[in-house]
Amino acid sequence: MAEEKQEFWRWTESNWKNPDINWNDAKFITVGIDVGSVSSQAVAMADGEVLAYGNMRTGSDSPNSARNALKFALEAIGDMPEDRMDYCIGTGYGRVNVPFADRSITEIACHARGANFIYGPEVRTVLDVGGQDIKAIQCDQKGKVTNFLMNDKCAAGTGRGMEVFSDLLGVPINEVGDRSFEFQGEEPAAVSSTCVVYAKSEATGLLRKGWTKEEVLAAYCKAMAERIYSLVERVGVKAEFAVTGGMAKNRGVMDRVMPLVGLDRMKTEWDTQIAGAAGAALFGFALCKKGKGRKK
Amino acid sequence: MLANYGYKDASGDFFITIDTDKCDGCGDCVPACPAKIFEVLDEDPNDPLRDEPVAIVSGEKKKKLKYECNPCKPSSDRPALPCVSACGAGAISHSW
Repeated sequence: MAEEKQEFWRWTESNWKNPDINWNDAKFITVGIDVGSVSSQAVAMADGEVLAYGNMRTGSDSPNSARNALKFALEAIGDMPEDRMDYCIGTGYGRVNVPFADRSITEIACHARGANFIYGPEVRTVLDVGGQDIKAIQCDQKGKVTNFLMNDKCAAGTGRGMEVFSDLLGVPINEVGDRSFEFQGEEPAAVSSTCVVYAKSEATGLLRKGWTKEEVLAAYCKAMAERIYSLVERVGVKAEFAVTGGMAKNRGVMDRVMPLVGLDRMKTEWDTQIAGAAGAALFGFALCKKGKGRKK
Repeated sequence: MLANYGYKDASGDFFITIDTDKCDGCGDCVPACPAKIFEVLDEDPNDPLRDEPVAIVSGEKKKKLKYECNPCKPSSDRPALPCVSACGAGAISHSW
């Protein structure tokens, strides 16, 4: 008998509005839209301060995902008409497919700028673990990129891989972090490959051998952490160290990356997934201030 | 800015680094590369507020560097790499 399949990989979509800002008082409303491979965010800023954001899953169609993310953010504001928007910048994997954007900027530049905003100007190294790529970025106190690397050829060690694993093991994605530490005795060694396809078959074998789900999660998280660190290492690590993207919410991987890095990661109240879109909105604000905004 | 284009996979690290502080966007690397992996843009895509031309490794090529660069990298008697020699500013380097 077919049972309804639970979607363990599904993470919570959210939107938020800043109660302290009234959009009517703003000189410039700028919007950043980050269409990633797995998630899409829209951040609306009023003169460089976050007014509202929406964070949701990317669908099969980039223009629609961009529009939905914007709609989701505007829903949070409630009464602001869409044409109040002064400038809109698209970023991320699907940035050229944002039909209403005035221009697009690469996610490298946007993530550095966004991390500078959500973590503060002390950030020098930004690690972004997204749905399908890993970015390691060094930036200066203004959030300008000084050194970067993006591994977008292979999705090993990324968010999508974690989704596949949570589904395989039947562990809800937001519990993966804690569960991966709930093993008995010594921490199991990392799985030998982070390649999602190979790791999945290796994990199936381990389960067959009698490993618990927690042990398998620990082994996979460890392998991901090692892979992520090997990319960070190439760019180099400078304090302060900040993590953005969905994987920043996964303690199982991050608590295993940080001992390798040898630093503590910075903390923030913001949703780490909005960094790219926040950066894009800030670039929009910078352009508007320079008088390089939309021609009216 | 050090722009690292390329990837890391199970067979190794394949990155071409362009130092955008040295690169003046002259474009000498573009015809020098037999695989045509470089292009010059009027604006640095990773530094949108700086309006200077700069060389980048173009889109799809950066995911195939191991293969695109292979003909210039014989296992013995390796001559100087054409892209590295062509760059007067010394802005280009390879990781492998």
